[in-house]
Amino acid sequence: MSDVSVHYGAFRAVRDVALAIPPNSVTAFIGPSGCGKSTILRCFDRMNDLIPGARVSGRVLLDGEDINAPAVQAVELRRRVGLVFQRPNPFPMSIFENVVYGPRRHGVSDRRELDAIAERSLRRAALWDEVKDDLRRKSGLALSGGQQQRLCIARTIAVDPEVILMDEPASALDPIATLRIEELIAELRAEYTIVIVTHNMQQASRVSDRTAFFTMGQDRAGYLVELDDTVKIFTNPREQLTEDYISGRFG
Amino acid sequence: MSRVLVADRLATATLWGIAIAVVAVLLGIIAHFVLAAAGAGALSPSFLFGNPSDTEIGGIGPILFNSVYVLVLTLLITIPLGIAGGIYMAEYAREGRLTALIRFSQELISSVPSIVVGMFGLALFVSATRIGYTALGGSLALVVFNLPLLARLAEQAIRAVPADERHGSLALGTSRWQTIRHVVLPLAIPGIVTGIILTAGRIFGEAAALIFTSGLATPARYDFSNLDLLDARSPWSPLHPATTLSVYIWKLNSEGLGQFVRQIADGSAAVLVLMVLVFNVSARGLGRLLQRRISGA
Ligand SMILES: Nc1ncnc2c1ncn2[C@@H]1O[C@H](COP(=O)(O)OP(=O)(O)O)[C@@H](O)[C@H]1O
Ligand SMILES: [Mg+2]
Repeated sequence: MSDVSVHYGAFRAVRDVALAIPPNSVTAFIGPSGCGKSTILRCFDRMNDLIPGARVSGRVLLDGEDINAPAVQAVELRRRVGLVFQRPNPFPMSIFENVVYGPRRHGVSDRRELDAIAERSLRRAALWDEVKDDLRRKSGLALSGGQQQRLCIARTIAVDPEVILMDEPASALDPIATLRIEELIAELRAEYTIVIVTHNMQQASRVSDRTAFFTMGQDRAGYLVELDDTVKIFTNPREQLTEDYISGRFG
Repeated sequence: MSRVLVADRLATATLWGIAIAVVAVLLGIIAHFVLAAAGAGALSPSFLFGNPSDTEIGGIGPILFNSVYVLVLTLLITIPLGIAGGIYMAEYAREGRLTALIRFSQELISSVPSIVVGMFGLALFVSATRIGYTALGGSLALVVFNLPLLARLAEQAIRAVPADERHGSLALGTSRWQTIRHVVLPLAIPGIVTGIILTAGRIFGEAAALIFTSGLATPARYDFSNLDLLDARSPWSPLHPATTLSVYIWKLNSEGLGQFVRQIADGSAAVLVLMVLVFNVSARGLGRLLQRRISGA
């Protein structure tokens, strides 16, 4: 991504962000609240398109292809780049239907295939054992918060994306549920490129390979301070701003 | 006691007083008609389903049938159009002059006195096109001022669905319509159903708009074996003149002749008031039930 700025109406929320996300890795976005982490995350799957007044400029490349080019359909892009929300948002339907929701809409109707997708996705999301007995009877909304979030991850995996974006996926969960999500991210990194926003720096240091630190300037526009290997950011960052933020929070 | 506290107590007491008065009036209305009807022996199956008679109390069967017929016909037109309008206004329309105009006319039409809508129906169906008094004409008059209301209620129910739920679907690469169809509408259904039932109550009780459109002719009996939908004598035909319960009550009270007019009118009013009450209570119940079913708790 290069030169990316985002405006909400006249307000510039993010300015001139340039960064590269290596495939099959976990990149964490950290920084103070309101510095534009969610906004930048939404640039990767064009979810900003859905926000009235939001305007994105600059270039975002996925496998070398500009995702904002007129030829690219947002609907197609979002199948390749999944998003897990801060608040678990399962659909008002059974667990099974939640997981196969994407594949069904994309035209898969063979029962066996859907069964296989559901089982595979739920196993990957470490939810299968807990829900396999009432897959079709129980509503996704009847699960606990942590289970709901894993269901949302399973739902995202079910459409087989290349990239999974997560916007503070554990911030609404208790510590045990959070731990499970973190374990899950560690397992998923082998197959997916993951970008995770988190306000929890221990979490960033535990789950990510690389960390991007954002902050905001006098004009409240967010910008990227630095992006480096997570170990480097947390032990020996290049920028004083990063150092202050990290030590301020840890110390 | 501080002044604020006194004012607060006073306001609370006043509101309670008003609430109790409203409930008392409501119960009074219901009790009055139900007791009167029961006293006249008008709350029996033979009254509900029997044919009208000049020499005894008889029944209101054909009239009740008409009420239900007009209600169903009106809802058949109003529900799909109302939901479609609600979806359009909530999901597709861009705020601008068009939506402002639509909203303005929605409010305007809903507040036009129904007797005026009835007179318009008279001019259109009865005088200009010479179709005459028909159930269809009555239903269309009812559609005119219930459709904008239902569309508005549906729009509100759809707008109340949180953005996160829609975005959750869109983030999976589904289209706008798929998202509406499979996620937004199921979540909006409880609100829409409540809107439909409240509308149904209004339709069922309406008289003014129907006097000039579905007419005042009181049928002696109906031949339910006549299934010719274009034959105005068939009760199943949308072209049959259809006096409904509310219109019938108005007619009995204004020009009713005969020995049992009072009892029949009281009985009809009791039936009407109870039906509308049932609509409203079931609106709340059904809305809550659907809410629970959908959240799966
Ligand atoms: N939908 C929106 N409309 C207007 N302003 C927004 C919207 N979303 C976010 N913003 C603004 O953009 C800035 C960055 O927000 P966000 O990306 O949510 O930050 P973060 O995720 O880092 O907390 C904030 O100042 C916020 O108020
Ligand atoms: Mg955020």
